Amino acid sequence: MPLDFDAELTVTSPSSGTGVSELRCRGIWSVHTIASLERRLADMRWPDSGDSVVDGSGITVLDTSGAWLLHRTVARRAARGGAVRLQGLRAEFAALLQLLAARDLPLETPLARSPPWLERAGRHAVAAVAGTRGYLAFVGESALAMLATLRHPGRLRWRPILHNVQTAGVDALPITGLLSFLMGIVIAYQGADQLQRFGANIFVVDLVALAMLRELSPLLTAIIIAGRSGSAYTAQIGTMKVTEEIDALRTIGVGAQDLLVLPKVLALIIVMPLLTVYTDVTGVLGGMVMANLKLGVGFDVFVDRLDEAIQMSSYWTGLAKAPVFALIIALVGCYRGFQVSGSADSVGAQTTLSVVQSIFLVIVTDALFSIVFLWLDL
Amino acid sequence: MQTTQAGPSSDAVIDVRGVCTRFGHAVVHENVELRVRSGEVFALVGGSGSGKSTLLREIIALQQPASGSIRVFGQEVVGLGDERALPLRRRWGVMFERGALFSALTVAENVGMVLAEHTDLPPHLIREVAAVKIALTGLPADAGAKYPNELSGGMRKRASLARALALDPELLFLDEPTAGLDPLSASGIDELVRSLREGLSLTIMMVTHDLDLLWRAADRVAVLGKGRIVEVGTMTELSHSDDPLVRQYFHGPRGRAAQENAWKTK
Repeated sequence: MPLDFDAELTVTSPSSGTGVSELRCRGIWSVHTIASLERRLADMRWPDSGDSVVDGSGITVLDTSGAWLLHRTVARRAARGGAVRLQGLRAEFAALLQLLAARDLPLETPLARSPPWLERAGRHAVAAVAGTRGYLAFVGESALAMLATLRHPGRLRWRPILHNVQTAGVDALPITGLLSFLMGIVIAYQGADQLQRFGANIFVVDLVALAMLRELSPLLTAIIIAGRSGSAYTAQIGTMKVTEEIDALRTIGVGAQDLLVLPKVLALIIVMPLLTVYTDVTGVLGGMVMANLKLGVGFDVFVDRLDEAIQMSSYWTGLAKAPVFALIIALVGCYRGFQVSGSADSVGAQTTLSVVQSIFLVIVTDALFSIVFLWLDL
Repeated sequence: MQTTQAGPSSDAVIDVRGVCTRFGHAVVHENVELRVRSGEVFALVGGSGSGKSTLLREIIALQQPASGSIRVFGQEVVGLGDERALPLRRRWGVMFERGALFSALTVAENVGMVLAEHTDLPPHLIREVAAVKIALTGLPADAGAKYPNELSGGMRKRASLARALALDPELLFLDEPTAGLDPLSASGIDELVRSLREGLSLTIMMVTHDLDLLWRAADRVAVLGKGRIVEVGTMTELSHSDDPLVRQYFHGPRGRAAQENAWKTK
């Protein structure tokens, strides 16, 4: 089957190695044919030197891609010495080739080189250090902004604070309540078997109440809020950064810290302890339901036992963590938002980082709290 | 100006007939008629909110008019699904007003992606052809490795043009090619539009506010106002028009300055 495009090389007096070579081009030279044409051209055996003629009179269609291949062939041939003449092209094709020749195009496009692993490791390390320093600087700025606001409490923006209380707190009630209720059920269920074996059914109260109040409900709330609100903070501030709204705020003379960071931090500090108390209650309720079903511990017995099972210190140690977790989540979320750099991809990457880092920091802080409380004998 | 109106002949690349568009109760287009001939640079002008960009989006099958017919290369695009529009879309390129470059990809990858999607070129040829397109739009060679957010506004427009040209379209749509550019970059775009039309034998349809660009690059201009095409003609014809809407558009202080400028450079 004859192809509708072609390139053919004829070399006159090839034996001397310096003969005149003629390349006849024919048919369609377009983006759809240049892959085959290029292979064909690469297979040709050009003489080492000597003049060449490229005859384009047979070309019926030429687009920029085809023109590029033609241009490259001519230019590469010329680079090896000897005159190269291009002849027979239609006027419009010649104009197109002229357009390409007028630009200074590199004949070889170098492959983008990915740096060696040592360089990459170094860059990552430098970025990690810069990230930590940036985060500390951000925490410092927020603290200063907070102090300035404390000196002039009138400047505090209540409206955004209340809005954040609504979105991060009130709207989170169903999901946090449900999850901690289920957590209470799971703990009671898991413990039931062991306790029954020792006939110590009543101690399910100690198990559920202690686990929920001291550890699980503050941690669970923090993780849900990091996923719900921390990510939202990053996405919101990040998008505002992309659309230059942050710059606009600064030119208007409103600090981004005052308008965007402080209300979020304060709102979360208000909301998190309240949510923790709420999840304490729902978690214990879950345990109560399971204790009743599986261990035959009635609601009245359960509530009576609660008094003995837990000391106030358990309640307070759990509650004391909540505002610290709130601070971590809000600051990491906002900081990551400010780190967004102009692309949609970056918003996604920073939001991921925000959630991962705040959950990581929350759990590390929780471990530190455990050590400190152990020292203090609480 | 009936003399400049193309007849229903087959050389109309774009043929818009009786298009009406409504957003809720607001009527944007009422019976818009438009023909763009092969090989010309056609410009659509009109005040803000006159529905220029909406008409452009309808022609490139991103939006549906309430009624009417739009034919591109003789094929009806109204009611055409994405699947069936694909062969048509490969024959035209669009440069969006704000560039619409994919921010996660470099400029070269933005152009190369179109080639990789629609051709079977090997990777090294994709890189080379992408570099050619980038150079054609007047960008420096090192721009290809940059990400869109590292480019200035003018460079981003050129990069967007390079992507629109990736498949050597027969028809090129430019949405506000010079908006937001400094005069120097804008006049670079004027020359670019002219040289591309001559070198690549393109048909170009653009939506613009830029009177300098109209005087220098447009063959014919349609004025959109009050939901319909008020007048179509060359810039010289339009500048002698009696229609108040057209006069208002072309005879403001800026219109006159642009005309004087155009005469000087010609």
